[in-house]
Amino acid sequence: MSARQVHGIVRPKSAAATFLRLLLFAVLGLFVLYYLMPLIVMAITAVKPLDEIRTGTLLSLPKDVTFEPTLRAWDSACVGVRCEGLKPYVWNSIAMVIPAVVFSTLLGAINGYALTKWRFRGADVIFGLMLFGAFIPFQVVLLPMARTLGVLGLAGTVPGLVLVHTVYGLAFTTLFFRNFFVGVADGIVQAAKVDGAGFFGIFFRIVLPMAPPAIVVTVIWQFTQIWNDFLFGIAFTVGDSNPVTVALNNLVASSTGVKEYNVDMAAAIIAAIPTLIVYVFAGKYFIRGLSAGAVKG
Amino acid sequence: MARTATDLVTRLKRVDLWLPKVVVAPSFALSLFFVYGFIAWTVYISFTKSRVMPRYEFAGLIQYIRLWETPRWYVALENLVIFGVLFMAFCMAIGILLAIMLDQRIRAEGVLRTIYLYPMALSFIVTGTAWKWILNPTLGIEKLMHDMGWESFQFDWLVDREMAIYTIVIASVWQSSGYVMALFLAGLRSIDDEIIKAAAVDGAGPIRTYVGIILPMLRPVFLSAFITLMHLAIKSYDLVVALTAGGPGIATDVPATFMYSYAFQRSELGLAAASAVMMLITIMAVVVPYLYSELRAGRK
Repeated sequence: MSARQVHGIVRPKSAAATFLRLLLFAVLGLFVLYYLMPLIVMAITAVKPLDEIRTGTLLSLPKDVTFEPTLRAWDSACVGVRCEGLKPYVWNSIAMVIPAVVFSTLLGAINGYALTKWRFRGADVIFGLMLFGAFIPFQVVLLPMARTLGVLGLAGTVPGLVLVHTVYGLAFTTLFFRNFFVGVADGIVQAAKVDGAGFFGIFFRIVLPMAPPAIVVTVIWQFTQIWNDFLFGIAFTVGDSNPVTVALNNLVASSTGVKEYNVDMAAAIIAAIPTLIVYVFAGKYFIRGLSAGAVKG
Repeated sequence: MARTATDLVTRLKRVDLWLPKVVVAPSFALSLFFVYGFIAWTVYISFTKSRVMPRYEFAGLIQYIRLWETPRWYVALENLVIFGVLFMAFCMAIGILLAIMLDQRIRAEGVLRTIYLYPMALSFIVTGTAWKWILNPTLGIEKLMHDMGWESFQFDWLVDREMAIYTIVIASVWQSSGYVMALFLAGLRSIDDEIIKAAAVDGAGPIRTYVGIILPMLRPVFLSAFITLMHLAIKSYDLVVALTAGGPGIATDVPATFMYSYAFQRSELGLAAASAVMMLITIMAVVVPYLYSELRAGRK
């Protein structure tokens, strides 16, 4: 009885079941290798000297571990004509991601609250119309956005990207907060209203203090999406204002001189580290964001 | 005194009647302009003769006719179908398999789940860079196999016009299959244990229990996984750029790279707009009915 509880529906204690169990672990293990292999290859290649890369294989361990490629990727590798490594572009990404995440999260929080706890006529329609923005292929807004940023004087700038990411993040942030606040009992809000608390009073003193889980999910989701964005970055920035994803692509795609695969891999790791750290430390919330992204009304 | 207090309360109440609308208004206005306004704008450009510069005289369907006479558009569509079908099929198969296996009360489940899902946190550019190196025709996986003693092994799909599109499938399945796993695992966990026990009492084996009873109960999960994957497939741009840059030649062009190339490199604004509208229509055909039914169901 207790054994069955432990092992689910695969019943133990017969030879076939033991075999199935072993097979299960073998397959799961193979998939671990499949998913980890590219990360391992990247890490190994990034610390190998070039001659070892040419003579060895993808998985041969480095004999001389070197961090020179990492330093070059950070500081001095050429992206286009500019040879300062990824460093300036990482700063661009940071300058882009922080305000964009803050603005879109704040707006999403207040929207979600107003749309659920102060359900005015048409609230559902407004939400539905806004949610639609989460599903459009962004190719359909590229041309008008390029023109609009030009008119606003924001073409080719980091603030321009902040605007773009804030605007197209709203659908998601509103969705996350709306779904969270729907689950918060109306009774608490009603009681506060009876006590004479107003719209903002209830928001700041009652609703927001309950909302950290939703805030964390939203911030992580927005951070990951915006940091990893490439399309808006390549369409709306030029050279000096490129975010790190665009710079990484330019660095890897550049065909001048000797191809330094170790520098490429080190650069890829640099671009990946911020979102990987977030994932490792807050994976639970990342997963929640992913499943909320698969829309529920 | 008492009167002013009630006045204040009613005035506050009246403020609270329009405040919710006022705070939602800016976001709603942004959506109207940047989503609906821009879509209308793009649709309008697609009905003009715009090339290098936008021209705003109405020219009917001329750009759509040109689009459907462009051989490169057919290359892009064919690639999208090949890529989209394989991408969705493999992601679903691997994701469901992993979810069912992880559902067997595995001790290290948390760690395994974390490993299976981490590629989802990476940028497609990082994924593309890594796989471009792994699939490198001389120094990559081919050399690894040679050194392991398989001398005749050949793997040059990245530079093979016929096969390059499949390298995009390989890398994108690696990145996104964990997501399907997470969706289905959550779905499996939401199923009542009693149903599983009842099936076991009835003598149904594990495979019959899953295929015959549990998976059919997860229809909503299939639907949302399908929608998300299709959406990812049609939008996919970053990975193609990073892995093959649409090449060799235009062999791995997809609608997203086609649109970008005509809009920003070839200065064919009208044609680019027409291709973007085709992408939008394709996604809308699936998403609008889905959203509509989800929101309606949510209201009940």
